[in-house]
Amino acid sequence: MTQIVFYVFAAVLLLSATMVISARNPVHSVLFLILAFFNAAGLFLIAGAEFLSMLLVIVYVGAVAVLFLFVVMMLDIDFTKMREGLQRYAPFGAAVGAVLFAELVMAFLHWHQAPVRVMPITGGLGQPGGPHTNTAALGNIIYTHYLLPFQACGLVLLVAMIGAITLTLRERPTGRRQLIDRQHARRREDTLEMLTLPLGNSVVDNGGFRRPDTYYGTAVPGSWGVPEGEGGKVVKAVPAEGDHA
Amino acid sequence: MTPALEQIGQVPFLIVSAVLLVLGVFGIFLNRKNIIIIMMSMELILLSANLNFVVFSAVHGDLSGQVMTLFVLTIAAAEAAIGLAILTVYFRNRGSIQVEDVTMMKG
Repeated sequence: MTQIVFYVFAAVLLLSATMVISARNPVHSVLFLILAFFNAAGLFLIAGAEFLSMLLVIVYVGAVAVLFLFVVMMLDIDFTKMREGLQRYAPFGAAVGAVLFAELVMAFLHWHQAPVRVMPITGGLGQPGGPHTNTAALGNIIYTHYLLPFQACGLVLLVAMIGAITLTLRERPTGRRQLIDRQHARRREDTLEMLTLPLGNSVVDNGGFRRPDTYYGTAVPGSWGVPEGEGGKVVKAVPAEGDHA
Repeated sequence: MTPALEQIGQVPFLIVSAVLLVLGVFGIFLNRKNIIIIMMSMELILLSANLNFVVFSAVHGDLSGQVMTLFVLTIAAAEAAIGLAILTVYFRNRGSIQVEDVTMMKG
């Protein structure tokens, strides 16, 4: 029974991997990549790595593959043009792949497994008093033997996150951001004026809406609606179009 | 070794892993113009390495291999994020992701 499950998972994994590299539509490639990850998670389960199997499903299918999907769908690319050189590159790639596979087979045929360690690192899995699950044992090991590499992995992820944000962040004047110090330095009499309006007049009759003099002074230069270079210093308010009818 | 792995043995796992590696390398050569597929092929290669780590970890009864798999997963995720970010910026600047044009980026 286990063997049937294994061969189903392995066959679907290899077939979907083939489809990843040969599908015409990159969206299909990504979807087959997701299928491949699911089947690899099944193989991990058979090999007894429950935590990593779930991690593969969550991290890869949930994050990385969806990231690929986003990028493929976001970029407007003519994918048919990209397949032009396919016939030209296929024989070379097949040759390299064949050589690589032949080398792997040769290495496997002349391979003698090293003797098993006398004291394997098991995290106490299966020992009396030890953890009962793969996840708990893995946690024991990571926080006992591999603490520094684990923290370094976190650092790598942090750097990757900062790098991705820095690369893709675009400063666009779509927002109206404030210079906080100037905004805080504004007084009430700069911004608010109490008027006693005569009855029966419209806003236009009373002079229209007025912008306080310090309005542009509080905006970040280059942000939306603010003339370039004029933010940051208190300038005389220029009546915008339609301010005064 | 888990009971399930004892029934199957390590050899089929290693064969699957080797074929997966070869498929990944072949994919890089096959889709030389499409850098997104190249990155997916790299994910396949890393997946085959992970499969080897997990299988040998189970065979030797040593969980260190699974910890290594964890690290490989982390690095692969970071690499995918950075690569796709670079790709997005490149597309924004040039309007295409032709791999041949990337040589224009050098100084």
